[in-house]
Amino acid sequence: MAKNREFGNRRLHSLLGVIPIGLFLIFHLSVNFMATKGEETFNGAVHLIEYTPVKILVEWVVIYLPLIFHAVYGIYIAFTAKNNLGRFSFFRNWMFMLQRLTGIITLIFLVWHIWATRIQAAMGAEVNFDMMAEIFSSPFMIVFYIVGIISAIFHFANGLWSFAVSWGLTVSPRSQRIMTYFTLIVFVLLSYIGISAIFAFV
Amino acid sequence: MVETKSETKTVRFIITRQDTPDSAPYDEEFELAYRPNMNVISALMEIRRNPVTVQGKHTTAIAWDMNCLEEVCGACSMVINGKPRQSCTALIDQLEQPVRLAPMRTFPVVRDLQVDRSRMFDSLKKVKAWIPIDGTYNLGPGPRMPEKKRQWAYELSKCMTCGVCLEACPNVNSNSDFIGPQPLSQVRLFNAHPTGAMNKAERLNTIMGDGGLANCGNSQNCVQSCPKGIPLTTSIAALNRDTTIQQFRNFFGSDEV
Repeated sequence: MAKNREFGNRRLHSLLGVIPIGLFLIFHLSVNFMATKGEETFNGAVHLIEYTPVKILVEWVVIYLPLIFHAVYGIYIAFTAKNNLGRFSFFRNWMFMLQRLTGIITLIFLVWHIWATRIQAAMGAEVNFDMMAEIFSSPFMIVFYIVGIISAIFHFANGLWSFAVSWGLTVSPRSQRIMTYFTLIVFVLLSYIGISAIFAFV
Repeated sequence: MVETKSETKTVRFIITRQDTPDSAPYDEEFELAYRPNMNVISALMEIRRNPVTVQGKHTTAIAWDMNCLEEVCGACSMVINGKPRQSCTALIDQLEQPVRLAPMRTFPVVRDLQVDRSRMFDSLKKVKAWIPIDGTYNLGPGPRMPEKKRQWAYELSKCMTCGVCLEACPNVNSNSDFIGPQPLSQVRLFNAHPTGAMNKAERLNTIMGDGGLANCGNSQNCVQSCPKGIPLTTSIAALNRDTTIQQFRNFFGSDEV
């Protein structure tokens, strides 16, 4: 039945990782970053998002459905690989392994993160600065969030690199090398934004 | 009687053996007297003359494939000290000892170091890696290929179907039906040929099927391992671009033939 679907599925997987999931990640990290400007600013930003028109529809179309597809198909991709870093310790092979590893870590992190924030909100809790400050009162949670956010950002930045190859944007070795440097900058910048937001709540 | 060190110099081998395609592999150790300019194949021939292990056990001769002995046929590939490569160009002087030989397990093992590489030839048939020129009448000369392009294409044509790229690829394994880098680069070669280009869409649609191009995970081990230095990952990325256009043509329709 599902014959020759693989090409389309793989391309869709690659595309969804950047649009909309990657864009949402940048948006989300930017909102978090407002916490570094004080409690008021952060709560103001959160309220603004709460007034998104047809919010639940936007959430499903832009976040949940793409994320579920990306995650389920990503697990399948991760477990069909046989990593061979022991024999081939090349830079790209490391990235290959880390892309799969950070994908799994990000998924675990997101399940918990969505449970502790969005699902709690659906059950009546208020999402605000205090909610996050409460979560980060535990040192374990600080470490868990740092690992989760770094994994997500790595997965996005390196995924951006392979997106460019998979869709045929970067073909020559030189263009791929330049893209490596570009995605490295993306990784460093977003990591700075993400981590400084965490410590704004501590 | 004083023997100098060079006279007693020996070479040790640990060789993974397997009696039948389904039996369990086991290791056997051999020691040979060193000779200058030895390579793995000459050492295997030496063992074949007198197949006695280090423990003194008489064993069977080791089975392996070989043909050209100058790294153009691809038949003698095996895993030497962890790396897949051709045994004819693996010089003992450049190898760490003991030298470990094992078959390329990505392929079905026939016996000892001998593997069945037919999946690669099947892939070439699948993607139609040839230029169709036969007809019932004389079709005349085909379009000319620019010299610069010919020189570039020559690099891709160096592929000897040795299987090293498939052995190095983490996505070519028993869990996956990925055809691997080798036939993909050949699609690019034959699509680049002015006559071969007449079947370009057909080849692209074949590699857009299950187990095709999209299974590449960009570990880029293939291009690092290829003994012929073929730009395999450039070929894959170029095909990614071609198939991006092809998928739009397939979806929206196109007057391009």
